[in-house]
Amino acid sequence: MSPRDLNHAGLNVGATDHATHAEAEYSLFGFWIFLMSDALVFALLFAIYATLQHATAGGPLARDVFELGSVSVQTLVLLASSFTYGLASLAMKYHQGRLRPLVTWLLVTLALGLVFLGLELHDFIGMADKGALPQRSAFLSAFFALVGMHGVHVASGCLWLVVMLVQLRVFGLDTPVKTRLMRLGLFWHFLDIVWVAILSVVYLQGLLP
Amino acid sequence: MKRDDYRRDLASYVIGLALAVTLSLIPIALVQFPTWPRGTTLGVIFGLGLLQILVHLRCFLHVSLGRSHRHDLYLLLFTSLILVLMVVGSLVVLGDLHHRMH
Repeated sequence: MSPRDLNHAGLNVGATDHATHAEAEYSLFGFWIFLMSDALVFALLFAIYATLQHATAGGPLARDVFELGSVSVQTLVLLASSFTYGLASLAMKYHQGRLRPLVTWLLVTLALGLVFLGLELHDFIGMADKGALPQRSAFLSAFFALVGMHGVHVASGCLWLVVMLVQLRVFGLDTPVKTRLMRLGLFWHFLDIVWVAILSVVYLQGLLP
Repeated sequence: MKRDDYRRDLASYVIGLALAVTLSLIPIALVQFPTWPRGTTLGVIFGLGLLQILVHLRCFLHVSLGRSHRHDLYLLLFTSLILVLMVVGSLVVLGDLHHRMH
């Protein structure tokens, strides 16, 4: 088998670790099935949001409560975290003996994930201060369901990162830990894709005069 | 050999980040400084968003169209089909109902 062969979508470790490479094919495919079912959940939340976005029931409008500056920063933070997770994946693939680069990039990713969550929470609190709570209108219910769902996913990703850091300390970088890190990578990059859709459909569409 | 692989993999992430940031900042700038009519701008925003999703799939998730024994691509394409059917279907049906009620 040539090291260039791809067993699965996501970063393949065939060039440096054949055993994990073979192991990863099935567990990653299973994880893709989960991701795709998750994508369907998000897609339907998007459909609900799209149909209810104008149902404001006399309450706050999108442009009254969204803040472009904060959302732009959140976008950049999330994109940066995807990149740093990529660097963690590369450290796992190419620095076999050394844990330090991998752990460092995972910690940076975790920090960026937490910054994103903090900013999002700050926005939500600001919205609540303006009376924009989920129960105010169908638009706000759909908004909090969709964006909140993404936030919950990022929070679970952060928790998963913490678990992986503990596992790295306890088990070291063995094959199961490696394939878990590869799945977490898929999850993390997938959440970025969902955010791109949220940015365009929810925030930019809502703020466009 | 290993070094070349490393460079190629790293390049994928760097290019991905550069494209993703650019494709995010252009729509944000279009909203901050509206220049075209709303419909046109919205079309451009959605177009760039779609392009960015493809960049993420290619550069971060390394989904490729290459000929290899993977079923991931079929899974992704099939899910996209179902996703488009469900979302567009919902929007058409509910949009039509909304139209009839007014």
